[in-house]
Amino acid sequence: MNNAVIPSAFTNWLRVNLFADKASILITLLFCVASAYCLPAVLDWLLFKAVFRADAEACRVAQGACWGVVTEKYRVILFGRYPYQEQWRPMLVVGILLLSIIVSCRRFADYSRLALAWLLVMLFCFVLLRGGFAGLALVESSRWGGLPLTLLLTIGSIAGAFPLAILLAFGRSSQLPVIRALSTLYIELIRSIPLVSMLFLAAFIFPLLLPSRYSMDVFIRVLLGITFFLAAYLAEVLRGGLQSIPAGQLEAAASLGLRPWQVRWHIILPQALRATLPSLINSFISIFKETSLVTVVGLYELTGALTLSLSGDPNWRPFYLEGYLFIAAIYWCGCFALSRHSQQWLNKT
Amino acid sequence: MRRNDCFFVSTNIFSTGFCSLRKIVRWMLVASMLTSMPVLAGKTLDGIKARGVISCGVSTGLAGFSAMDSKGEWHGLDVDICKALAAATLGDARKVKWVPLGSQQRFPALQSGEIDVLSHNTTWTLSRDASFGIHFTSIVYHDGQGFMVAKKTGISAVHQLSHADICVQSGTTSEKTLNDYFRAQKMKFRPVVFENFEASLKAFFSGRCQAYTTDASSLAAILQRETRNPGDYLVLAEVISKEPMSPAVRRGDDEWFAIVKWVVNALIVAEEEQLTQANLDTQKEHGNAVVQGLLGNADDIGKLLGLDRAWAYRAIQAVGNYGDIFERNLGSGSPLKLSRGANRLWTHGGLIYAPPIR
Repeated sequence: MNNAVIPSAFTNWLRVNLFADKASILITLLFCVASAYCLPAVLDWLLFKAVFRADAEACRVAQGACWGVVTEKYRVILFGRYPYQEQWRPMLVVGILLLSIIVSCRRFADYSRLALAWLLVMLFCFVLLRGGFAGLALVESSRWGGLPLTLLLTIGSIAGAFPLAILLAFGRSSQLPVIRALSTLYIELIRSIPLVSMLFLAAFIFPLLLPSRYSMDVFIRVLLGITFFLAAYLAEVLRGGLQSIPAGQLEAAASLGLRPWQVRWHIILPQALRATLPSLINSFISIFKETSLVTVVGLYELTGALTLSLSGDPNWRPFYLEGYLFIAAIYWCGCFALSRHSQQWLNKT
Repeated sequence: MRRNDCFFVSTNIFSTGFCSLRKIVRWMLVASMLTSMPVLAGKTLDGIKARGVISCGVSTGLAGFSAMDSKGEWHGLDVDICKALAAATLGDARKVKWVPLGSQQRFPALQSGEIDVLSHNTTWTLSRDASFGIHFTSIVYHDGQGFMVAKKTGISAVHQLSHADICVQSGTTSEKTLNDYFRAQKMKFRPVVFENFEASLKAFFSGRCQAYTTDASSLAAILQRETRNPGDYLVLAEVISKEPMSPAVRRGDDEWFAIVKWVVNALIVAEEEQLTQANLDTQKEHGNAVVQGLLGNADDIGKLLGLDRAWAYRAIQAVGNYGDIFERNLGSGSPLKLSRGANRLWTHGGLIYAPPIR
């Protein structure tokens, strides 16, 4: 047989995916026409007629997008109010965090070591950003901002909320009435409060309740607020997973002489985690984006830093849209990577 | 464009809950303030000297008043007031900790002691002055709500806006003022309300409305920078509200209140006496009696404020006189190109006036 008869892989793919039946042929054609109609204009705006250099006058007369706003303001958008000369520190922190994420995606054989490594990484990032030793200037956490703040809040709150959520999920399905009632109360209470209110409580009310000689860093307070908030949601997700384990397994494990905590740790938890992984990742993605709410308590993460950099500058304020597209791209990369990674993980296990 | 006190960024669903929460927060803050008042009295200046910086609450970004540039430096009229304060009290205009605050956090931040002074483009009103546990010091800018129209509509005065579509941002004092004004004038209009600033502006430029309304200073910024051709649009000369902007301090510290008030007064008197950064040193030796007193070359009036002799000298040296500050941030030296208008000195027919420094 020759090549003309056997369809190549590509044409086969086309036939299966795009031209399988009449309906999909129609949809494919419609889509092609629509893209042919829209794409040139979109590309013109995005690239060919866009202005990339930081020149506000050129931007004002340009037909396309003004990426110059990013060229001009990227330091403020990415690092917020962090002192300009010291911005290598947040830059380093972003690098370390991304590297750690990539490394821990590849190798996750030993969970306890991984957890310890992450604890050290987070502590190092915190200390590096804060400074105040070895010639590094002290930078208060109220001046941290932009991407490192978004990443630290997301990773920190997930890392803190996860163990708490496991305890709460077991607590809520516990046989002991007091523990069950307390866990239920916590979960229902927290889930009835919006995150903004939680942040407001953490940022403004909590310091009033502390005796005046103690003060807690605003970053830590807000991080704790998000952590407690996220824990309640994760606990409910996990509880669904716990309930999906058939009772027969528990009885079998108990009859083998395993202690209750061994049953939970070795039998229930691994299966529950696998069953709930998509929902967990869903929660992680949503908390990644919800960190943008910390702007209301005066911490300027990505979206807040964008507002800070543009709203007072009459030259660049008209190009808000491009600024928002820039941070949307950053958020998209984060969310997409998370969801792809969870799929890989699901396939492996 | 000032937001109402009960308003939250742009997510409407939260606004009701958030509003009541904010009331609770405010009451808790006021309550905590009342209990801690005796400790704070007279201590703000001591605290500033101990810390070595003034904590200054500014707007997160309002062209000409407070804005952070690409290198993280702050500029603007409100910003310069704080720099002058730092120069007068600490001897260095750079010793300011900038605390950018949204409209909804600015009063709690002042009440809770997080900031020493609020220099935030805030309108002085009775309810704020009487019930928020704060004192306004003195007016640094007279604003008012104005209208922008396209020239081709032929509208040149507010009374011609009868039955017009007017674009306005929801949840702002501008919206309320607009309604009140038209009702009082027995004129009809159709409000075209948008949640956010960009959308309402887009609607106006696309011809959806005959007029766009917000504070006159913001209109000037929009006219200069957000129109393709500023000549196609007109900002009407009339304003329909009084928006006197003033710094504010926490109640319970009269000494600090006096310092903030008199540093601003010194900047105004400096303009009256035509003192600038350039002629400061010669005027200190050869100026008239008022100038000699102001610059600490005669009686030591700084002592009465708890400051040293050269307090006003340093403030003027740091930021110039009131007129310099205005021109640099809002006037000819800025992209906004605002005219002084009501913010001329009283001697030139404006409203800027300071009691004598003697």
